[in-house]
Amino acid sequence: MALTRERKEAIEASANQIRIDVVNMVHAAACGHPGGPIGMADFMATLWTEHINISPANLNDPKRDRFVLGNGHTCAGYYSVLAQKGILPREELITFRKFGSRLQGHPHRSAVMGIDMSTGSLGTGLSTAQGMALAARIRGWDETRVYATSSDGESQEGQIWEAATSAAHYELGNLTVMVDFNNIQIDGVMRKVMNVRDLRKKYEAFGWHAVDVDGHDVVAIDQALCEAKSITDRPSALICKTLIGKGVSFMENQAGWHGVAPNDQEAQTALAELGA
Amino acid sequence: MSATLESPTIQKAATRDAYGEALLELGGKNDSVIVLDADLSGSTRTKAFSKAYPERFFNMGVAEANMAGTAAGLAASGMTVFMSSFAMFAAGKAWEQVRQTICVPNLNVKICATHAGLTVGEDGKSHQMLEDLTLMRVLPNMTVIVPADGTEAKKVIEAASTHKGPMYVRLSRAKTPIVFDDDYKFVIGKGNILREGNDIALVACGVQVPAVLEAAKILEGQGVQARVINMATIKPLDGALLEQAAKECGAILTSEEHQVAGGLGSAVAEHLAQTTPVPMVLTGMQDEFGQSGTSDELLSHYKLDGASLAARALELLKRKA
Repeated sequence: MALTRERKEAIEASANQIRIDVVNMVHAAACGHPGGPIGMADFMATLWTEHINISPANLNDPKRDRFVLGNGHTCAGYYSVLAQKGILPREELITFRKFGSRLQGHPHRSAVMGIDMSTGSLGTGLSTAQGMALAARIRGWDETRVYATSSDGESQEGQIWEAATSAAHYELGNLTVMVDFNNIQIDGVMRKVMNVRDLRKKYEAFGWHAVDVDGHDVVAIDQALCEAKSITDRPSALICKTLIGKGVSFMENQAGWHGVAPNDQEAQTALAELGA
Repeated sequence: MSATLESPTIQKAATRDAYGEALLELGGKNDSVIVLDADLSGSTRTKAFSKAYPERFFNMGVAEANMAGTAAGLAASGMTVFMSSFAMFAAGKAWEQVRQTICVPNLNVKICATHAGLTVGEDGKSHQMLEDLTLMRVLPNMTVIVPADGTEAKKVIEAASTHKGPMYVRLSRAKTPIVFDDDYKFVIGKGNILREGNDIALVACGVQVPAVLEAAKILEGQGVQARVINMATIKPLDGALLEQAAKECGAILTSEEHQVAGGLGSAVAEHLAQTTPVPMVLTGMQDEFGQSGTSDELLSHYKLDGASLAARALELLKRKA
């Protein structure tokens, strides 16, 4: 079912809020990773607004969906969606990366925050999501879906392909990975650092349902997530083609914004562009 | 004194066999028990479980890093996961995954690693894992246990099934003497005295327990009464038992089929150096890799047999105040 105009606008508003929160959080922390989560904002907002059933009401329900942020360094955006869901108090966002904060520099598993897995070391997230998908199957939780994120840079890790092999082998139709494909990694352009080539074809070759999606088209992302739910005999990979820093003009497609905090002036400019 | 036999009998068993039997029993009692293996289920003895409970067994293929992460995900969803491979791969190849996805979130994964140590024998240095205790012991939240025989291994697995949090259990391929009788009670974090004596304490784990018992017998013939301590739990270490031994015996020899750097000997020395320092000798692998051979040949070559240990103990006694 296509998104109504209201739903589309709700997703877009959530995506804009992610971008604003990320700028504010990383600016306040004076360190962190703004480019990735700003680029992922549209697909994270689509997933969390329309699809994933994690909310304050069901955090302790073992049958609820699961989420693993494989590219854990992009967690400012994750914390923003948790705040938007009402799982985190909004005022806590500003403690991101600070001493004593629950909002660690990379996500730490927390039952009360609904954070299902500690991540931050690239390559490990998809395997853990697979374990959760297997657990749901063993327990007969047929409605439970497990979502993971990954990235083009993370696809250079061998463990991703170990997990891709076994998730297809065990026909985990309840597992979906959203890959942030922005062609940027810390050391520069992904295709120059280490070209992972066509991830759709690679996941397909490993036995997955895999599609390329415009990672900024929320209608297309929503459709791809609906389609993934309908495929029950194999896991799904959505290769989300994004621009790092999308929505903040001076960050767009700039490798330099992978892991650098905006200064006061830059933060102000970014927030103005985002209409904050 | 624990309920032990007077000395190692000729009856032998491999701790991996006991593991397989204990796992099978556990599977019937607890439907949260899940077992993962990495294409070695015949060797690690998880195969019996896989046949009895195929819906709760997952062969992950030759991919240990992915196995560790999958175990973490299962545990994060409430399962008690036993994951097995050879120690080299479970502790070595998957170390960072064990750290990040099992120990950091403090999940209920029991890494039961077989074919540990020198006694894997003929496979040689690529398969003789001599660094696993070091690698696992340094991880916060991790409990580390080395059963001395099949009887203890079974009890360790029973204890593991109700213990919360990550655990590493070091198991052997070699058939080794049975030390304990069935009345033996294993408690995580508690060592036990297998033989009384106040001249020197011999502290060992795993297959070195029968070796130090043999050394104690040799020493007795020379008028030296050695206390023998089985220190199955390397972490958390039974500090009180060690301090008592240091005070009452005044000298301590440790023994392990593992590098002395970071292993049992290091753990004991770290504790005693800060509480009750006494002259010590750490026996084990001295910063070198192993080689092919039978386990008896190797233990004798690296001076980990009873006679060599007795000789080292006599040297140590000369340093005793």
